[in-house]
Amino acid sequence: MRCGIVTFPGSNCDHDCLHVAQSVMGWDARLIWHKEKKLPPLDLVILPGGFSYGDYLRCGAIARFASILPAVQKFAAKGGLVLGICNGFQILTEAGMLPGKLMRNRSLRFICEYVNLKVEHADSPFTSRFQGGETIQIPIAHMEGNYFADTDTLKRLEDEGRVLFRYCAPDGEINAAANPNGSQRNIAGISNESKNVLGMMPHPERCSESILGGEHGRRLFESIQSWVEERV
Amino acid sequence: MKARVFVTLKTGVLDPQGQAVMHAAASLGYEEVKGVRQGKYFEIELDSVENAEERMKKLSDQLLANPIIEDFRVEVED
Repeated sequence: MRCGIVTFPGSNCDHDCLHVAQSVMGWDARLIWHKEKKLPPLDLVILPGGFSYGDYLRCGAIARFASILPAVQKFAAKGGLVLGICNGFQILTEAGMLPGKLMRNRSLRFICEYVNLKVEHADSPFTSRFQGGETIQIPIAHMEGNYFADTDTLKRLEDEGRVLFRYCAPDGEINAAANPNGSQRNIAGISNESKNVLGMMPHPERCSESILGGEHGRRLFESIQSWVEERV
Repeated sequence: MKARVFVTLKTGVLDPQGQAVMHAAASLGYEEVKGVRQGKYFEIELDSVENAEERMKKLSDQLLANPIIEDFRVEVED
């Protein structure tokens, strides 16, 4: 299992992802500097969390023009797995690899807390180790996680089974009280049409070991691994 | 040459920052303020080129604004 994690200026979750990939999952993982133009042979590219380019202009708006991005887009177009976490999700939307946009939290506050998530679909490369409809706990840490898309786009995302994670109550109910940031339809994570690109605001790399208080995130990385291994 | 670009949120996109500004205005006694939409303003210095307006519109579409949530208006002057 070969994993590349892109480091942009201002990324701050790249080493967390590297730690999980190498030490928890035992993968062949490496950091990839944003100025690179080519990717080595990989099974997974992670765009990590942080504040790429200081989040100037809009989150992800500058990172979208990084030298490495065309290679990531080409990798995704060929079916390679791309996981954008938090700032990585913001970059994927700015780059047009996922629809919609992450806006300022409704509360205008930075939110750093564990949230309940409903896994809507277990038939993606990222969620096979979950049960469809299961409630899991993964932390969020963001200022701009308020997902916005027009009504037609939301309908298409839902019709095509591309909303993989929603913020929910502990019992799994999707309601306004369980929505931390104002996201439309409680959306926390979406995939592209062919399901090989996932953007999510919650941080699975922060809850992949029991010592950190939770292990639900590891199942996302295990899902990716089993999907890749089934195809070797 | 100089260009000015105004980036505003599209109608229908919620603007919690604008709402916070509106509430602050009301608490200062400006009860007549009924709505605030916050946007961005860019002052751009550029070399004299023939199709400046067209190019600045393209720049706005590519970089300065996100067409999913924002509209923009470009003014160019010599």
